[in-house]
Amino acid sequence: MDSASISVSSDPVSPAPAVSASISTVAQGDAGLTKLDPAYKTALRISVTLTAIPFVVGAFVAEAALASAGEGGWPLPFGVLIGIVVFLALAFIIRLPGRRWQARGYAMGEDRLRVVRGILWRSDTIVPFGRIQHIDVDQGPIERALGIATLTLHTAGNHNASVPLPGLRHEIATEMREDIRQRIKRDSL
Amino acid sequence: MSRADAASPRVSVPLTARGANETPKPQPQSFASRAGEPQRTAPLSVIVGTLSSLQSALVPAAAAAFGTGIAGPGILIGLLVGVVIAGLGTVFSYIRWKRLTYTIGVQDIRVESGVLSRSARSVPYERIQDVSLEQKLLPRLLGLVAVKFETGAGGADDLSLTYLSETEGERLRELVRERRDDAESNARADAEASEPERSAEVEASENLFSMGPSRLFTYGVFEFSLAVFAVAAGLLQYLDSFFDIEVWDVDFWRDLAEEQGGWIFDLSAYGQALGAFAGLFLVVLIGSATGMFRTFSREWGFRLERTPRGFRRRRGLFTRTDVVMPVHRVQGLTIATRFIRYRFGWHSLRFVSLAQDAGSSSHVVAPFAKLTELDPIVAAAGFQRPNDNAEWHRATIAYRNVSILWDVSFFLLGALIAGIATAVYAPEWMGLAVAIPLALGAANAVVGFLSWRFKRHALDANQIVAVAGFLAPAMQVATRVKLHSVEIAQGPFARVFGYATLHLGMAGGEFAIPGIPAERAQEVRARILDTIAETDFSQLESQRLVQAA
Repeated sequence: MDSASISVSSDPVSPAPAVSASISTVAQGDAGLTKLDPAYKTALRISVTLTAIPFVVGAFVAEAALASAGEGGWPLPFGVLIGIVVFLALAFIIRLPGRRWQARGYAMGEDRLRVVRGILWRSDTIVPFGRIQHIDVDQGPIERALGIATLTLHTAGNHNASVPLPGLRHEIATEMREDIRQRIKRDSL
Repeated sequence: MSRADAASPRVSVPLTARGANETPKPQPQSFASRAGEPQRTAPLSVIVGTLSSLQSALVPAAAAAFGTGIAGPGILIGLLVGVVIAGLGTVFSYIRWKRLTYTIGVQDIRVESGVLSRSARSVPYERIQDVSLEQKLLPRLLGLVAVKFETGAGGADDLSLTYLSETEGERLRELVRERRDDAESNARADAEASEPERSAEVEASENLFSMGPSRLFTYGVFEFSLAVFAVAAGLLQYLDSFFDIEVWDVDFWRDLAEEQGGWIFDLSAYGQALGAFAGLFLVVLIGSATGMFRTFSREWGFRLERTPRGFRRRRGLFTRTDVVMPVHRVQGLTIATRFIRYRFGWHSLRFVSLAQDAGSSSHVVAPFAKLTELDPIVAAAGFQRPNDNAEWHRATIAYRNVSILWDVSFFLLGALIAGIATAVYAPEWMGLAVAIPLALGAANAVVGFLSWRFKRHALDANQIVAVAGFLAPAMQVATRVKLHSVEIAQGPFARVFGYATLHLGMAGGEFAIPGIPAERAQEVRARILDTIAETDFSQLESQRLVQAA
């Protein structure tokens, strides 16, 4: 049976990307992508806020230290440093999660999963189910509070050794895991 | 504390009835009879430990001797330090030997080790990618061998037994292979009725590539290396803590130059030129000798064979290694070369696999060969070099221009910084400081422009091939069916200009094709995925039967 499948794959005359059934199940553009759960935005917002807090505190401390240093070196009026840091933090907290969410998406095909991500640096990965080594469904504390989970596909390749897909409803993530697992089993029989 | 620990084994170390019978020469049938019970490595390993600790004791001993005055009691103190270090090394290596046992089980190999904290590791036979034997100089003199079990876990995580006697090592290797094949054939016994491997076992091994002394000499010529000067500089720096030489002290060198310069100035211009020429000649001579020595010691007796078990490679003058790699583990191959040797048609061939080879992830199967010599090896691994009518595709012009501009912008930035810095601190150097980065940037742009033509890729019946490089082209070949994922990545510029980088998930190596048109990337991905989707990963293992046939 192996030799049969190889001879099909080594068909030298197929020139163009013949649109087979398996490709059409995963659209090439962004059209056929499934969006992540909106709670993913909240999760991102919380984690960005947690990351921003030390920077804002640091800005306050630095500003205070510079102000108390006297009329020596610091030329700018009080509050400029804090203002910049707070502005950046707010921009990241308000703007970034929505755009991230907008940029992400996935598509379950008949025999493959497509994961798209990235705002400036776009990445569009397809993992065939037949090459998946194992599957993880993880939940951090924030994700757990919001009822979402991260589905991670592990492959044996050096590049993309693990492909994470965050922001799925926990039930959907486990459902997808079972689905993929069964298809792997069916394929290999 | 170590002695107390060795005397009272709290943890259940299986010190069975064999208590004193550390038989150095195992009987032929003893291996099978002892299978299943814990064994120790060869007792001579302790002596290797002693000798290597003597080696590491040399420098501290010398330091102690010189530091306390070599003429007086220093020599005694030095000797004492050396003896203490060597003695400690022996004790530690004895304890380590005593506390390490390995068990050849039915389904796995277990190694228990550790002095204070015990660790037990088990590796199932079917997970062992290959077993390699390595003999460094000292163990080799004592007839010992290090056995390494490659699992694909990588480097330090791999299991190794240091040291076993040569016969024991060879037998262990055979045993692991048999057990592994049993496990594998049991697993697919119902799926595969015929076992072509069994009949192939009796076939003699076929020599694929070997290098004699004359080939090694040619290879050595191209391996010109000035590394010895770096080592000498390092040694000199090390010595300045013992002698009254300050290597980094400018005055020392100036004094030396003035002292010695006197008689140099006395020479005629002809004599000075002759001296400079002689110095240059000496550098070339030493560089060549280094390259020659390194090549001969690493590659001596290089021999690659195609055995029923896979590719077998043996090499090494002082450290002798013997590596076997099953054919079906080869994920892809790389044919590389270097600037000068390429002009003479010399190339190297590596196999990419999950197993590790001397720290690098790919196995060198032909380090220095003509392309026609490589072809049989490539064919034996189930690959082929692209033929003349391969349909090559290039990266986009926009990618070329963007990457050239991107690189050049760094040199411009460098020139700007250098210009400002010199304008402030040393205006007389400003021209030079700005010109050098600019010239480098221009050279970079020219190379980028020229090399674009040589960066190309092609798909054939079942492979994907990528070639890159203008002065020393390198070729990467991968079987499409053995890839694990495909990613199309686009940065901000790539999205504007419509090109993309294709990242292929290859086990044991990286494979990326940058800058191709976005539609072409989609097309290549679709074709690769169609190939992959037809074969499940678990069927890849049985692929080797097809390849072997």
